[in-house]
Amino acid sequence: MIDVQPLIDQLTALVPGAELSPCPSADADATPALWVSAAHIVPVALALRDTPGLEFVAFSNVTAVDYHPKRAPRFDVVYHLVSPHRRTRVRLKVQLGLDQPIASVTSVWAGAGWCEREVYDLFGIVFEGHADLRRLMMTEDWVGHPLRKDYPVQVRKDAQTYMPLQITAEEFRANMERDRYSRTRPK
Amino acid sequence: MTDTIKSEPFVLNIGPQHPSTHGVFRIKATVDGEKVIDAEMVMGYLHRSMEKLAEERTYTQNIPFTDRTDYLSSMSNNLGYCLAVEKLAGIDVPDRGNAIRVIMAELQRLASHCMAVGAFTNDTGAWQTPVMWCFREREKILDLFEMTCGARLTCNYMRIGGVAFDLPAAFVPAARKLVQELPAFIDEMEALLVANEIFIARTVGVGVLTPEMATNASLSGPMLRGSGIAWDLRKADSYCGYDKYDFEIPIGYRGDSYDRFVVRLEEMRQSVKILKQALDGLPGGPHSTQVPLALRPPKGEAYARVEGPRGELGYYVVSDEGPSPHRFHIRPPSFINLSALKEMTVGGSVADAIVVLGSIDIVVGEIDR
Repeated sequence: MIDVQPLIDQLTALVPGAELSPCPSADADATPALWVSAAHIVPVALALRDTPGLEFVAFSNVTAVDYHPKRAPRFDVVYHLVSPHRRTRVRLKVQLGLDQPIASVTSVWAGAGWCEREVYDLFGIVFEGHADLRRLMMTEDWVGHPLRKDYPVQVRKDAQTYMPLQITAEEFRANMERDRYSRTRPK
Repeated sequence: MTDTIKSEPFVLNIGPQHPSTHGVFRIKATVDGEKVIDAEMVMGYLHRSMEKLAEERTYTQNIPFTDRTDYLSSMSNNLGYCLAVEKLAGIDVPDRGNAIRVIMAELQRLASHCMAVGAFTNDTGAWQTPVMWCFREREKILDLFEMTCGARLTCNYMRIGGVAFDLPAAFVPAARKLVQELPAFIDEMEALLVANEIFIARTVGVGVLTPEMATNASLSGPMLRGSGIAWDLRKADSYCGYDKYDFEIPIGYRGDSYDRFVVRLEEMRQSVKILKQALDGLPGGPHSTQVPLALRPPKGEAYARVEGPRGELGYYVVSDEGPSPHRFHIRPPSFINLSALKEMTVGGSVADAIVVLGSIDIVVGEIDR
Protein backbone atom coordinates (compact mmCIF):
# COMPACT_ATOMS: atom_id res chain seq x y z
CA MET A 1 0.00 0.00 0.00
CA ILE A 2 1.34 3.40 -0.98
CA ASP A 3 1.43 5.89 1.85
CA VAL A 4 -0.31 9.09 0.79
CA GLN A 5 0.93 11.10 3.76
CA PRO A 6 4.14 12.38 2.02
CA LEU A 7 2.02 13.52 -0.93
CA ILE A 8 -0.38 15.29 1.44
CA ASP A 9 2.52 17.01 3.26
CA GLN A 10 4.03 18.12 -0.04
CA LEU A 11 0.71 19.47 -1.33
CA THR A 12 -0.09 21.24 1.93
CA ALA A 13 3.22 23.06 1.69
CA LEU A 14 2.47 24.08 -1.91
CA VAL A 15 -1.17 25.03 -1.38
CA PRO A 16 -1.55 26.52 2.11
CA GLY A 17 -5.04 26.11 3.49
CA ALA A 18 -6.02 23.13 1.36
CA GLU A 19 -7.69 20.69 3.75
CA LEU A 20 -6.25 17.38 2.56
CA SER A 21 -6.75 14.04 4.23
CA PRO A 22 -6.20 10.44 3.16
CA CYS A 23 -9.18 8.41 1.97
CA PRO A 24 -9.00 4.63 2.42
CA SER A 25 -9.97 2.62 -0.66
CA ALA A 26 -9.91 -0.97 -1.89
CA ASP A 27 -7.39 -0.25 -4.63
CA ALA A 28 -5.04 1.86 -2.51
CA ASP A 29 -2.06 -0.17 -3.76
CA ALA A 30 -2.53 1.21 -7.27
CA THR A 31 -4.51 4.41 -6.79
CA PRO A 32 -4.03 6.25 -3.50
CA ALA A 33 -6.96 8.52 -2.73
CA LEU A 34 -7.25 11.80 -0.86
CA TRP A 35 -9.95 14.22 0.12
CA VAL A 36 -9.64 17.80 -1.09
CA SER A 37 -11.73 20.75 0.03
CA ALA A 38 -13.97 22.09 -2.74
CA ALA A 39 -12.50 25.60 -2.59
CA HIS A 40 -8.95 24.37 -3.30
CA ILE A 41 -9.47 21.96 -6.16
CA VAL A 42 -7.90 24.14 -8.88
CA PRO A 43 -4.74 25.14 -6.90
CA VAL A 44 -4.27 21.51 -5.84
CA ALA A 45 -4.73 20.37 -9.44
CA LEU A 46 -2.19 22.93 -10.66
CA ALA A 47 0.29 21.85 -7.99
CA LEU A 48 -0.16 18.20 -8.94
CA ARG A 49 0.39 19.00 -12.61
CA ASP A 50 3.30 21.42 -12.40
CA THR A 51 5.42 20.31 -9.43
CA PRO A 52 8.54 18.44 -10.56
CA GLY A 53 8.38 14.98 -9.07
CA LEU A 54 4.59 14.76 -9.26
CA GLU A 55 3.83 15.69 -12.90
CA PHE A 56 0.24 14.51 -13.12
CA VAL A 57 0.04 15.91 -16.65
CA ALA A 58 -2.63 13.51 -17.83
CA PHE A 59 -6.04 13.20 -16.45
CA SER A 60 -8.06 10.04 -16.62
CA ASN A 61 -11.62 11.01 -15.82
CA VAL A 62 -13.99 13.02 -13.66
CA THR A 63 -17.15 11.52 -12.29
CA ALA A 64 -19.46 11.88 -9.31
CA VAL A 65 -21.16 9.66 -6.76
CA ASP A 66 -24.45 10.48 -5.06
CA TYR A 67 -25.00 9.34 -1.45
CA HIS A 68 -28.37 11.05 -1.20
CA PRO A 69 -30.39 9.87 1.78
CA LYS A 70 -27.40 8.61 3.77
CA ARG A 71 -25.01 11.56 3.84
CA ALA A 72 -25.44 15.30 4.28
CA PRO A 73 -23.09 16.78 1.65
CA ARG A 74 -24.59 14.35 -0.82
CA PHE A 75 -22.12 14.35 -3.74
CA ASP A 76 -18.56 13.16 -4.15
CA VAL A 77 -16.79 14.52 -7.21
CA VAL A 78 -14.03 12.04 -8.10
CA TYR A 79 -10.96 12.87 -10.21
CA HIS A 80 -8.57 10.19 -11.47
CA LEU A 81 -5.16 11.53 -12.44
CA VAL A 82 -2.18 9.87 -14.11
CA SER A 83 1.47 10.75 -14.10
CA PRO A 84 2.82 9.00 -17.20
CA HIS A 85 6.46 9.84 -16.41
CA ARG A 86 6.30 8.49 -12.84
CA ARG A 87 3.78 5.75 -13.65
CA THR A 88 1.66 6.73 -10.68
CA ARG A 89 -1.96 7.53 -10.21
CA VAL A 90 -3.98 9.43 -7.67
CA ARG A 91 -7.65 9.90 -6.95
CA LEU A 92 -8.94 13.22 -5.64
CA LYS A 93 -12.31 13.33 -3.95
CA VAL A 94 -14.33 16.42 -3.17
CA GLN A 95 -17.50 16.51 -1.09
CA LEU A 96 -20.24 18.75 -2.41
CA GLY A 97 -23.70 19.62 -1.17
CA LEU A 98 -26.79 20.09 -3.30
CA ASP A 99 -26.64 23.26 -5.45
CA GLN A 100 -23.06 23.86 -4.40
CA PRO A 101 -20.87 24.72 -7.42
CA ILE A 102 -17.25 23.65 -7.89
CA ALA A 103 -14.50 25.25 -9.96
CA SER A 104 -13.84 23.62 -13.33
CA VAL A 105 -10.45 22.01 -13.95
CA THR A 106 -10.64 22.56 -17.72
CA SER A 107 -8.00 25.28 -17.36
CA VAL A 108 -5.64 22.63 -15.96
CA TRP A 109 -6.51 19.64 -18.16
CA ALA A 110 -8.33 20.49 -21.39
CA GLY A 111 -9.55 16.90 -21.64
CA ALA A 112 -11.80 17.36 -18.61
CA GLY A 113 -14.31 19.41 -20.62
CA TRP A 114 -16.65 16.68 -21.76
CA CYS A 115 -16.41 14.71 -18.52
CA GLU A 116 -17.52 17.76 -16.56
CA ARG A 117 -20.35 18.31 -19.01
CA GLU A 118 -21.44 14.72 -18.46
CA VAL A 119 -21.36 15.14 -14.67
CA TYR A 120 -23.38 18.35 -15.01
CA ASP A 121 -25.89 16.58 -17.22
CA LEU A 122 -26.37 13.46 -15.13
CA PHE A 123 -25.87 14.86 -11.60
CA GLY A 124 -26.64 18.56 -11.93
CA ILE A 125 -23.32 19.68 -10.46
CA VAL A 126 -22.32 23.10 -11.80
CA PHE A 127 -18.68 23.59 -12.78
CA GLU A 128 -17.80 27.27 -12.58
CA GLY A 129 -15.50 28.57 -15.28
CA HIS A 130 -16.42 25.84 -17.77
CA ALA A 131 -16.65 27.43 -21.21
CA ASP A 132 -19.47 25.28 -22.54
CA LEU A 133 -21.53 23.74 -19.74
CA ARG A 134 -24.50 22.17 -21.52
CA ARG A 135 -26.20 18.79 -21.39
CA LEU A 136 -24.25 16.11 -23.20
CA MET A 137 -26.13 12.80 -23.12
CA MET A 138 -29.71 13.87 -22.48
CA THR A 139 -31.70 16.20 -24.72
CA GLU A 140 -31.55 19.92 -24.02
CA ASP A 141 -35.13 20.06 -22.72
CA TRP A 142 -34.73 17.11 -20.32
CA VAL A 143 -36.02 17.71 -16.80
CA GLY A 144 -33.96 16.34 -13.90
CA HIS A 145 -30.59 14.67 -13.56
CA PRO A 146 -30.85 10.89 -14.05
CA LEU A 147 -27.92 9.60 -12.01
CA ARG A 148 -29.10 11.23 -8.78
CA LYS A 149 -30.35 8.67 -6.30
CA ASP A 150 -33.72 10.38 -5.96
CA TYR A 151 -34.37 10.00 -9.68
CA PRO A 152 -36.33 6.80 -10.35
CA VAL A 153 -34.91 4.14 -12.66
CA GLN A 154 -38.17 3.60 -14.49
CA VAL A 155 -40.16 6.70 -15.41
CA ARG A 156 -43.58 6.23 -16.97
CA LYS A 157 -43.93 9.35 -19.07
CA ASP A 158 -46.62 10.24 -21.55
CA ALA A 159 -45.42 10.36 -25.11
CA GLN A 160 -44.51 13.89 -26.11
CA THR A 161 -45.62 15.32 -29.39
CA TYR A 162 -44.24 18.42 -31.00
CA MET A 163 -47.28 18.97 -33.22
CA PRO A 164 -50.86 19.37 -32.01
CA LEU A 165 -52.66 16.02 -31.80
CA GLN A 166 -55.50 15.36 -34.22
CA ILE A 167 -57.22 13.15 -31.63
CA THR A 168 -57.73 13.82 -27.93
CA ALA A 169 -54.98 13.02 -25.45
CA GLU A 170 -57.12 10.21 -23.96
CA GLU A 171 -57.63 8.58 -27.36
CA PHE A 172 -53.92 8.85 -28.05
CA ARG A 173 -53.06 7.16 -24.74
CA ALA A 174 -55.68 4.45 -25.35
CA ASN A 175 -54.12 3.76 -28.75
CA MET A 176 -50.68 3.46 -27.20
CA GLU A 177 -51.95 1.08 -24.51
CA ARG A 178 -53.79 -1.09 -27.03
CA ASP A 179 -50.69 -1.28 -29.17
CA ARG A 180 -48.49 -2.20 -26.20
CA TYR A 181 -51.02 -4.85 -25.08
CA SER A 182 -51.21 -6.42 -28.53
CA ARG A 183 -47.44 -6.63 -28.74
CA THR A 184 -46.89 -8.25 -25.35
CA ARG A 185 -49.66 -10.90 -25.66
CA PRO A 186 -49.16 -13.38 -28.50
CA LYS A 187 -52.41 -14.39 -30.15
CA MET B 1 -10.88 34.67 -60.26
CA THR B 2 -11.12 33.95 -56.53
CA ASP B 3 -12.14 37.55 -55.83
CA THR B 4 -15.29 37.18 -57.85
CA ILE B 5 -16.45 33.98 -56.09
CA LYS B 6 -17.89 34.85 -52.72
CA SER B 7 -18.62 32.15 -50.19
CA GLU B 8 -20.32 32.48 -46.86
CA PRO B 9 -20.28 30.12 -43.86
CA PHE B 10 -23.09 27.66 -43.51
CA VAL B 11 -23.82 24.74 -41.20
CA LEU B 12 -23.35 21.23 -42.53
CA ASN B 13 -24.69 18.32 -40.52
CA ILE B 14 -22.52 15.23 -40.80
CA GLY B 15 -24.70 12.51 -39.29
CA PRO B 16 -26.40 11.42 -37.09
CA GLN B 17 -27.26 8.82 -39.69
CA HIS B 18 -24.28 8.67 -41.96
CA PRO B 19 -22.03 5.70 -42.66
CA SER B 20 -18.82 7.61 -42.01
CA THR B 21 -19.81 8.62 -38.47
CA HIS B 22 -19.58 4.91 -37.48
CA GLY B 23 -22.82 4.97 -35.53
CA VAL B 24 -25.39 7.51 -34.46
CA PHE B 25 -23.21 10.55 -33.95
CA ARG B 26 -23.43 14.04 -35.37
CA ILE B 27 -20.85 16.65 -36.26
CA LYS B 28 -22.35 20.08 -36.67
CA ALA B 29 -19.70 21.57 -38.92
CA THR B 30 -19.67 25.20 -39.97
CA VAL B 31 -18.04 25.29 -43.37
CA ASP B 32 -16.84 28.09 -45.59
CA GLY B 33 -16.59 26.58 -49.03
CA GLU B 34 -14.69 23.35 -48.47
CA LYS B 35 -13.05 24.52 -45.29
CA VAL B 36 -14.32 23.57 -41.82
CA ILE B 37 -14.23 26.68 -39.62
CA ASP B 38 -16.07 25.31 -36.59
CA ALA B 39 -17.21 21.89 -35.44
CA GLU B 40 -19.53 20.87 -32.67
CA MET B 41 -20.04 17.26 -31.62
CA VAL B 42 -23.54 16.16 -30.75
CA MET B 43 -23.96 12.81 -29.01
CA GLY B 44 -26.32 10.97 -26.75
CA TYR B 45 -28.45 9.38 -29.46
CA LEU B 46 -27.46 5.94 -28.15
CA HIS B 47 -27.61 6.76 -24.44
CA ARG B 48 -29.13 3.76 -22.65
CA SER B 49 -28.33 4.93 -19.11
CA MET B 50 -26.31 1.81 -18.31
CA GLU B 51 -24.72 3.44 -15.30
CA LYS B 52 -28.16 3.99 -13.77
CA LEU B 53 -29.48 0.54 -14.66
CA ALA B 54 -26.38 -1.11 -13.19
CA GLU B 55 -27.22 0.31 -9.78
CA GLU B 56 -30.29 -1.94 -9.66
CA ARG B 57 -28.64 -5.21 -10.70
CA THR B 58 -26.24 -7.58 -8.98
CA TYR B 59 -22.53 -7.47 -9.73
CA THR B 60 -22.73 -10.54 -11.98
CA GLN B 61 -25.82 -9.30 -13.80
CA ASN B 62 -23.89 -6.21 -14.86
CA ILE B 63 -21.38 -8.12 -16.98
CA PRO B 64 -23.70 -8.28 -20.04
CA PHE B 65 -24.03 -4.47 -19.90
CA THR B 66 -20.32 -4.13 -20.39
CA ASP B 67 -20.59 -6.16 -23.62
CA ARG B 68 -22.95 -3.58 -24.98
CA THR B 69 -20.89 -0.48 -24.33
CA ASP B 70 -18.09 -1.09 -26.79
CA TYR B 71 -19.68 -3.83 -28.83
CA LEU B 72 -16.56 -4.29 -30.95
CA SER B 73 -14.45 -5.26 -27.94
CA SER B 74 -16.76 -6.96 -25.49
CA MET B 75 -14.00 -9.18 -24.06
CA SER B 76 -11.90 -6.17 -23.03
CA ASN B 77 -14.93 -4.55 -21.45
CA ASN B 78 -15.79 -7.72 -19.51
CA LEU B 79 -12.21 -7.83 -18.33
CA GLY B 80 -12.10 -4.23 -17.13
CA TYR B 81 -15.29 -4.59 -15.13
CA CYS B 82 -14.34 -7.95 -13.60
CA LEU B 83 -10.94 -6.57 -12.57
CA ALA B 84 -12.63 -3.65 -10.81
CA VAL B 85 -15.00 -5.91 -8.86
CA GLU B 86 -12.19 -8.35 -8.02
CA LYS B 87 -10.14 -5.47 -6.67
CA LEU B 88 -13.09 -4.29 -4.64
CA ALA B 89 -13.86 -7.72 -3.19
CA GLY B 90 -10.25 -8.90 -2.92
CA ILE B 91 -10.68 -11.92 -5.20
CA ASP B 92 -7.70 -13.64 -6.81
CA VAL B 93 -7.86 -15.19 -10.25
CA PRO B 94 -6.07 -18.51 -10.94
CA ASP B 95 -3.20 -18.55 -13.43
CA ARG B 96 -5.16 -20.37 -16.08
CA GLY B 97 -7.98 -17.84 -15.79
CA ASN B 98 -5.51 -15.00 -16.28
CA ALA B 99 -3.90 -16.66 -19.30
CA ILE B 100 -7.31 -17.27 -20.91
CA ARG B 101 -8.19 -13.64 -20.25
CA VAL B 102 -5.01 -12.47 -21.96
CA ILE B 103 -5.71 -14.72 -24.96
CA MET B 104 -9.26 -13.41 -25.25
CA ALA B 105 -8.26 -9.76 -24.80
CA GLU B 106 -5.59 -10.03 -27.49
CA LEU B 107 -7.91 -11.86 -29.90
CA GLN B 108 -10.40 -9.08 -29.25
CA ARG B 109 -7.78 -6.44 -29.97
CA LEU B 110 -7.02 -8.15 -33.28
CA ALA B 111 -10.71 -8.33 -34.18
CA SER B 112 -11.27 -4.72 -33.20
CA HIS B 113 -8.20 -3.46 -35.08
CA CYS B 114 -9.31 -5.43 -38.15
CA MET B 115 -12.53 -3.45 -37.99
CA ALA B 116 -10.72 -0.17 -37.30
CA VAL B 117 -8.27 -0.62 -40.15
CA GLY B 118 -10.95 -1.76 -42.57
CA ALA B 119 -13.41 0.99 -41.74
CA PHE B 120 -10.65 3.58 -41.93
CA THR B 121 -9.71 2.54 -45.46
CA ASN B 122 -13.39 2.86 -46.28
CA ASP B 123 -13.31 6.46 -45.08
CA THR B 124 -10.25 7.22 -47.18
CA GLY B 125 -12.01 6.07 -50.32
CA ALA B 126 -10.93 2.44 -50.72
CA TRP B 127 -14.56 1.53 -50.93
CA GLN B 128 -15.46 -1.84 -49.38
CA THR B 129 -12.67 -4.07 -50.71
CA PRO B 130 -10.17 -3.75 -47.83
CA VAL B 131 -12.96 -3.74 -45.23
CA MET B 132 -14.28 -7.03 -46.58
CA TRP B 133 -10.77 -8.40 -46.51
CA CYS B 134 -10.43 -7.41 -42.86
CA PHE B 135 -13.84 -8.87 -42.10
CA ARG B 136 -12.69 -12.20 -43.50
CA GLU B 137 -9.96 -12.35 -40.85
CA ARG B 138 -12.18 -10.95 -38.12
CA GLU B 139 -14.67 -13.69 -38.90
CA LYS B 140 -12.08 -16.33 -38.00
CA ILE B 141 -11.52 -14.69 -34.61
CA LEU B 142 -15.25 -14.43 -33.98
CA ASP B 143 -15.51 -18.15 -34.81
CA LEU B 144 -13.05 -18.81 -31.99
CA PHE B 145 -15.21 -16.74 -29.63
CA GLU B 146 -18.28 -18.66 -30.74
CA MET B 147 -16.48 -21.94 -30.11
CA THR B 148 -15.58 -20.81 -26.57
CA CYS B 149 -18.69 -19.08 -25.30
CA GLY B 150 -21.40 -19.38 -27.93
CA ALA B 151 -21.52 -15.68 -28.75
CA ARG B 152 -19.67 -13.74 -31.39
CA LEU B 153 -20.15 -10.09 -30.58
CA THR B 154 -21.52 -9.74 -27.05
CA CYS B 155 -19.48 -12.52 -25.51
CA ASN B 156 -20.29 -12.22 -21.78
CA TYR B 157 -17.45 -14.69 -21.19
CA MET B 158 -15.48 -13.28 -18.26
CA ARG B 159 -16.78 -13.75 -14.76
CA ILE B 160 -15.80 -12.23 -11.44
CA GLY B 161 -12.99 -14.53 -10.36
CA GLY B 162 -12.08 -15.90 -13.77
CA VAL B 163 -13.91 -16.91 -16.93
CA ALA B 164 -17.26 -18.62 -17.41
CA PHE B 165 -16.08 -21.90 -18.95
CA ASP B 166 -12.79 -23.57 -19.64
CA LEU B 167 -11.51 -23.55 -23.22
CA PRO B 168 -12.92 -26.35 -25.39
CA ALA B 169 -10.43 -28.97 -26.56
CA ALA B 170 -10.49 -27.72 -30.14
CA PHE B 171 -9.70 -24.12 -29.17
CA VAL B 172 -5.92 -24.25 -28.79
CA PRO B 173 -5.24 -25.98 -32.15
CA ALA B 174 -7.66 -23.59 -33.90
CA ALA B 175 -6.06 -20.56 -32.26
CA ARG B 176 -2.58 -21.78 -33.19
CA LYS B 177 -3.69 -22.13 -36.81
CA LEU B 178 -5.06 -18.59 -36.75
CA VAL B 179 -1.88 -17.23 -35.18
CA GLN B 180 0.06 -18.90 -38.00
CA GLU B 181 -2.09 -17.32 -40.67
CA LEU B 182 -2.53 -13.80 -39.33
CA PRO B 183 0.99 -12.38 -39.98
CA ALA B 184 0.58 -13.09 -43.69
CA PHE B 185 -2.67 -11.13 -43.69
CA ILE B 186 -1.08 -8.20 -41.85
CA ASP B 187 1.81 -8.19 -44.33
CA GLU B 188 -0.70 -8.20 -47.14
CA MET B 189 -2.61 -5.25 -45.72
CA GLU B 190 0.65 -3.42 -45.23
CA ALA B 191 1.80 -4.10 -48.78
CA LEU B 192 -1.52 -2.91 -50.15
CA LEU B 193 -1.99 0.23 -48.11
CA VAL B 194 1.11 1.53 -46.33
CA ALA B 195 2.84 2.58 -49.54
CA ASN B 196 -0.34 3.22 -51.49
CA GLU B 197 -0.15 6.63 -53.12
CA ILE B 198 -3.83 7.51 -52.80
CA PHE B 199 -3.91 6.34 -49.20
CA ILE B 200 -0.83 8.42 -48.36
CA ALA B 201 -2.29 11.48 -50.08
CA ARG B 202 -5.48 11.18 -48.05
CA THR B 203 -3.91 10.52 -44.64
CA VAL B 204 -0.36 11.91 -44.26
CA GLY B 205 -0.43 15.25 -42.48
CA VAL B 206 -4.18 15.03 -41.87
CA GLY B 207 -5.38 15.52 -38.29
CA VAL B 208 -1.96 16.09 -36.76
CA LEU B 209 -1.76 15.85 -32.97
CA THR B 210 1.45 16.90 -31.28
CA PRO B 211 2.52 14.92 -28.18
CA GLU B 212 1.64 17.95 -26.04
CA MET B 213 -1.85 18.22 -27.51
CA ALA B 214 -2.39 14.49 -27.09
CA THR B 215 -1.38 14.49 -23.41
CA ASN B 216 -3.30 17.66 -22.66
CA ALA B 217 -6.46 16.18 -24.12
CA SER B 218 -5.92 13.00 -22.02
CA LEU B 219 -5.90 10.75 -25.07
CA SER B 220 -4.95 7.11 -24.79
CA GLY B 221 -4.42 4.04 -26.91
CA PRO B 222 -3.33 4.18 -30.56
CA MET B 223 -4.24 7.90 -30.65
CA LEU B 224 -1.61 8.69 -28.03
CA ARG B 225 0.96 6.26 -29.38
CA GLY B 226 0.44 7.63 -32.90
CA SER B 227 1.63 10.97 -31.51
CA GLY B 228 4.85 9.40 -30.33
CA ILE B 229 4.18 8.66 -26.66
CA ALA B 230 4.97 5.08 -25.68
CA TRP B 231 2.24 4.67 -23.07
CA ASP B 232 0.58 1.31 -22.87
CA LEU B 233 -1.22 0.17 -19.74
CA ARG B 234 -0.18 -3.43 -20.37
CA LYS B 235 3.36 -2.23 -19.66
CA ALA B 236 2.73 0.78 -17.43
CA ASP B 237 0.61 -0.94 -14.83
CA SER B 238 0.50 -4.54 -15.69
CA TYR B 239 -2.61 -6.63 -15.06
CA CYS B 240 -3.46 -10.30 -15.70
CA GLY B 241 0.24 -11.11 -15.82
CA TYR B 242 1.01 -9.06 -18.95
CA ASP B 243 4.49 -8.43 -17.55
CA LYS B 244 5.34 -12.07 -18.35
CA TYR B 245 4.91 -11.55 -22.08
CA ASP B 246 7.47 -10.06 -24.37
CA PHE B 247 6.11 -7.42 -26.73
CA GLU B 248 6.85 -3.90 -27.88
CA ILE B 249 4.91 -0.65 -27.96
CA PRO B 250 4.75 0.71 -31.51
CA ILE B 251 4.70 4.50 -31.82
CA GLY B 252 4.24 7.02 -34.59
CA TYR B 253 6.32 10.10 -35.32
CA ARG B 254 4.11 12.65 -37.01
CA GLY B 255 0.90 12.10 -35.04
CA ASP B 256 -1.29 12.16 -38.14
CA SER B 257 -4.02 9.80 -39.32
CA TYR B 258 -1.49 7.73 -41.26
CA ASP B 259 0.60 7.12 -38.14
CA ARG B 260 -2.43 5.98 -36.17
CA PHE B 261 -3.21 3.51 -38.92
CA VAL B 262 0.35 2.17 -39.00
CA VAL B 263 0.42 1.91 -35.19
CA ARG B 264 -2.73 -0.20 -35.30
CA LEU B 265 -1.25 -2.53 -37.91
CA GLU B 266 1.90 -2.92 -35.85
CA GLU B 267 -0.12 -3.52 -32.70
CA MET B 268 -1.80 -6.41 -34.45
CA ARG B 269 1.64 -7.95 -34.97
CA GLN B 270 2.46 -7.48 -31.29
CA SER B 271 -0.86 -9.07 -30.32
CA VAL B 272 0.00 -12.09 -32.43
CA LYS B 273 3.33 -12.24 -30.59
CA ILE B 274 1.57 -12.19 -27.20
CA LEU B 275 -0.92 -14.80 -28.37
CA LYS B 276 1.87 -17.18 -29.39
CA GLN B 277 3.48 -16.89 -25.96
CA ALA B 278 0.17 -17.23 -24.13
CA LEU B 279 -0.85 -20.32 -26.10
CA ASP B 280 2.55 -21.94 -25.55
CA GLY B 281 2.59 -21.25 -21.83
CA LEU B 282 -1.07 -21.96 -21.09
CA PRO B 283 -1.04 -23.30 -17.51
CA GLY B 284 -3.32 -26.01 -16.20
CA GLY B 285 -5.54 -25.83 -13.15
CA PRO B 286 -8.90 -24.21 -12.54
CA HIS B 287 -10.12 -21.45 -14.86
CA SER B 288 -12.03 -19.60 -12.15
CA THR B 289 -12.37 -19.16 -8.41
CA GLN B 290 -15.65 -19.83 -6.68
CA VAL B 291 -17.44 -16.55 -6.07
CA PRO B 292 -20.83 -16.34 -4.34
CA LEU B 293 -23.64 -15.57 -6.75
CA ALA B 294 -24.94 -12.73 -4.60
CA LEU B 295 -21.59 -11.04 -4.11
CA ARG B 296 -21.49 -8.29 -1.49
CA PRO B 297 -18.05 -6.66 -1.61
CA PRO B 298 -16.95 -4.68 1.46
CA LYS B 299 -17.63 -0.95 1.53
CA GLY B 300 -15.22 0.93 -0.67
CA GLU B 301 -14.32 1.90 -4.19
CA ALA B 302 -12.02 0.61 -6.88
CA TYR B 303 -10.87 1.82 -10.27
CA ALA B 304 -9.52 -0.76 -12.68
CA ARG B 305 -8.20 0.01 -16.12
CA VAL B 306 -7.19 -2.13 -19.03
CA GLU B 307 -5.59 -1.29 -22.34
CA GLY B 308 -8.59 -1.78 -24.57
CA PRO B 309 -8.22 -1.67 -28.36
CA ARG B 310 -9.11 2.04 -28.25
CA GLY B 311 -7.17 3.07 -25.16
CA GLU B 312 -7.55 3.28 -21.43
CA LEU B 313 -10.76 1.52 -20.55
CA GLY B 314 -11.55 2.21 -16.91
CA TYR B 315 -14.24 0.95 -14.57
CA TYR B 316 -14.93 2.78 -11.33
CA VAL B 317 -17.13 0.78 -8.98
CA VAL B 318 -18.35 1.94 -5.56
CA SER B 319 -19.80 -0.56 -3.11
CA ASP B 320 -21.99 0.15 -0.07
CA GLU B 321 -22.01 -3.54 0.97
CA GLY B 322 -25.20 -4.09 -0.96
CA PRO B 323 -25.78 -6.78 -3.59
CA SER B 324 -25.53 -4.22 -6.42
CA PRO B 325 -22.98 -1.48 -7.02
CA HIS B 326 -23.72 1.89 -5.46
CA ARG B 327 -22.09 3.53 -8.45
CA PHE B 328 -20.86 2.03 -11.67
CA HIS B 329 -18.92 4.33 -13.93
CA ILE B 330 -17.23 3.58 -17.22
CA ARG B 331 -14.33 5.61 -18.53
CA PRO B 332 -14.76 5.02 -22.26
CA PRO B 333 -11.57 5.59 -24.27
CA SER B 334 -13.26 6.73 -27.47
CA PHE B 335 -15.31 9.35 -25.59
CA ILE B 336 -12.14 11.06 -24.37
CA ASN B 337 -10.29 10.48 -27.66
CA LEU B 338 -13.15 12.05 -29.55
CA SER B 339 -12.85 15.30 -27.60
CA ALA B 340 -9.72 16.08 -29.64
CA LEU B 341 -11.70 15.94 -32.89
CA LYS B 342 -12.46 19.64 -32.98
CA GLU B 343 -8.79 20.59 -32.76
CA MET B 344 -7.96 18.20 -35.58
CA THR B 345 -10.75 19.11 -38.00
CA VAL B 346 -11.02 22.90 -37.78
CA GLY B 347 -8.97 24.40 -40.59
CA GLY B 348 -9.10 21.31 -42.78
CA SER B 349 -11.54 20.31 -45.48
CA VAL B 350 -14.77 18.36 -45.02
CA ALA B 351 -13.23 15.30 -46.68
CA ASP B 352 -10.35 15.44 -44.19
CA ALA B 353 -12.80 15.61 -41.28
CA ILE B 354 -14.17 12.21 -42.33
CA VAL B 355 -10.64 10.77 -42.48
CA VAL B 356 -9.78 12.18 -39.05
CA LEU B 357 -12.95 10.78 -37.52
CA GLY B 358 -12.15 7.39 -39.04
CA SER B 359 -8.64 7.51 -37.61
CA ILE B 360 -9.97 7.98 -34.05
CA ASP B 361 -11.83 4.66 -34.34
CA ILE B 362 -14.91 5.49 -32.30
CA VAL B 363 -17.64 3.16 -31.12
CA VAL B 364 -20.73 5.20 -30.38
CA GLY B 365 -22.19 2.61 -28.00
CA GLU B 366 -19.25 3.29 -25.75
CA ILE B 367 -19.39 7.08 -26.05
CA ASP B 368 -23.08 7.31 -25.17
CA ARG B 369 -23.31 4.25 -22.90
